[in-house]
Amino acid sequence: MLSMEWLVATGIGLVTATGIYLLLRGRTFPVVLGLSLLGYAVNVFIFVMGRLWTDAPPILVGAEPVADPLPQALVLTAIVIGFATTGFVVELALRSAHESGSDHVDGHEPGVRLGADQRGDGGSA
Amino acid sequence: MSGAVLAFWGQHAPVLSVLLPSFTAVALLLLGDQGGLSPQGGGHEGQRLAWRRRLSFASALLGLVMAAALVARASSGELQVYELGEWPAPFGIVLVLDRLSALMVLLTYAVAVPVLAYACGGWDTHGRHFHTIFHFQLMGLSGAFLTGDLFNLFVFFEVLLIASYVLLLHGRGGARLRMGVHYVVLNLTASSLFLIGLAMLYAVTGTLNMADAALKVAALQGQELRLAQSAALVLLVVFGLKAALVPLYFWLPGTYAAASAPVAALFAIMTKVGVYAIVRVHWVIFGIDAGQASLTVQPWLLPAALLTSVLGVLGALAAHTLSRLVAYLTVSSVGTIVAGVALFTPQALSAALYYTLHSTVVMAGLFLFVELAAAQRGVTGDRLQPAPQVHEPVLLGVMMLFGAASAAGLPPLPGFLGKVMLLQSAADLVARVWVWTVVLGVGFLTLLGLARAGIILFWHVQPADGANPAGRSARLLAAPWLFMGMTVALAAAAGPVKAYTDALAQQITDKRGYAGVVLARQGGPDQPTTRPYDGRRAPTAPAAAPSAPDTRQEHRP
Repeated sequence: MLSMEWLVATGIGLVTATGIYLLLRGRTFPVVLGLSLLGYAVNVFIFVMGRLWTDAPPILVGAEPVADPLPQALVLTAIVIGFATTGFVVELALRSAHESGSDHVDGHEPGVRLGADQRGDGGSA
Repeated sequence: MSGAVLAFWGQHAPVLSVLLPSFTAVALLLLGDQGGLSPQGGGHEGQRLAWRRRLSFASALLGLVMAAALVARASSGELQVYELGEWPAPFGIVLVLDRLSALMVLLTYAVAVPVLAYACGGWDTHGRHFHTIFHFQLMGLSGAFLTGDLFNLFVFFEVLLIASYVLLLHGRGGARLRMGVHYVVLNLTASSLFLIGLAMLYAVTGTLNMADAALKVAALQGQELRLAQSAALVLLVVFGLKAALVPLYFWLPGTYAAASAPVAALFAIMTKVGVYAIVRVHWVIFGIDAGQASLTVQPWLLPAALLTSVLGVLGALAAHTLSRLVAYLTVSSVGTIVAGVALFTPQALSAALYYTLHSTVVMAGLFLFVELAAAQRGVTGDRLQPAPQVHEPVLLGVMMLFGAASAAGLPPLPGFLGKVMLLQSAADLVARVWVWTVVLGVGFLTLLGLARAGIILFWHVQPADGANPAGRSARLLAAPWLFMGMTVALAAAAGPVKAYTDALAQQITDKRGYAGVVLARQGGPDQPTTRPYDGRRAPTAPAAAPSAPDTRQEHRP
């Protein structure tokens, strides 16, 4: 029952669930945390898609079986991209909070009505 | 000399279309952009602005020429496979030039060049590094259309998305920031889902090459088949979000309405990236004759597409600003296109692609038109309420009439031709009743919505409140006219274009031919190459007596 697969799968599931919960919050900080957690879960998920290996080298050394090298490369790419986008979204959230005076994802406190010129449907510049 | 250049281009054509915008962007970055300067500003900065514009525009024009050459080359039916680093597919990443990718790259540049000309009318000085980001966007788009590898598709998606985040915020302002947060968070979540879908597909097929995956998926059975089908549906959610399908389109109207006009016009191509990805993944890999995985997504895709079309046009009827109206029409047109894709016949795909060309160009033109009209109306902007007369009612009125007739599908404009092709292609199918009802009804409602907007805009006028010179420069007016000219050209050249898209649909359907070219160096489609990784050596390797199942592997698929 308590195999390695079970542990890893439930671990990924738990982190994903936490990430989704945080993603659905109303403030930008939890949302950014949620995105990061979701990113971690996805990275481990990709990694596991090469199957779980014990005692197998990550690169070809001899005749013995090696762990699947491709997911490792994919994860590296995903980590780099995730890092860059997280940096961007943090900066964006800060700027949004700075300009609107609220860290709510909608740019204003819930219940506060915006004027027509602020609602974002005035398209023209 | 020119012969050598041509030969060089012929050899490296696919990758050059990706490298050109990338190098241009880097050069523009080195040129620097302090921003905040009025377009007429003099001195050193003004000169640099002029150089930025020249470089950017020249590069876009060269890109357009190269894209046209790509189409000319692809139209012969030849597939060009470009192996990056000369690693053979399916192990290395390849760029594949076929009719579909060439057409999409050409469409990208056909939208980009007028938009860039329009942005040079002043928008590019409302923030920093507009041209740089614009070219990174073009790089992402060209790469996404040309790549033959699914993970590479993800990477180019990220490139074009990051560029689009910044472009969306261009010009700043509260509304853009607010919509920007939504847009970025949604797309980052979608990127996570994209990775999950790709990982699942890799787990059961052992490959990320599109041609190879199409062959491997067709052979799947049992549990692995289920996993692959789940992957297809996860990917459909991702592409559905990009393409703005029901129920994932809610981000689009607000975002596009908040974006600056040239950016919204360029984004007309962004929804088509989602459509393109659906064609590549769900049409080719999970499409017809994919074994038991055939048509995995059809039960979801067709209703979602038709519903998108209807809800989009209802949103357009209810819109209270012109930019929202056009944004909702974009949603609606994507629904019509995807309905054609979801019929899963080559004829319908061909019609859908013809309609894609038309709708992208018309929507881009309408987004630019909206801003011009709004600028000429003064403080009312693009809100749909009585306001002072626009300064050039005849010019703008004709423009709007033209765009409206084309979007709604009135003859003799290409919207009409595209819809007729779509209706014809659905004539023998079970879904005919639904497709015909929705396409015709949506056409009528589109006309109604645009007529309502036109009446308010041009006839419900109040006395003018003083001179308002904005939005009248010939340079600004040229870009929407260019788009209108393209729609006329599409109608005039409907025969050859349709012949091209017909051949395209045939080419897309022939997966074995595609795989034969892409996997040629590995011995063609019948040579076993990849498989879900299990630690054993491939049978052809020297040390390869297929070893006994390895006990150290804890889990076997």
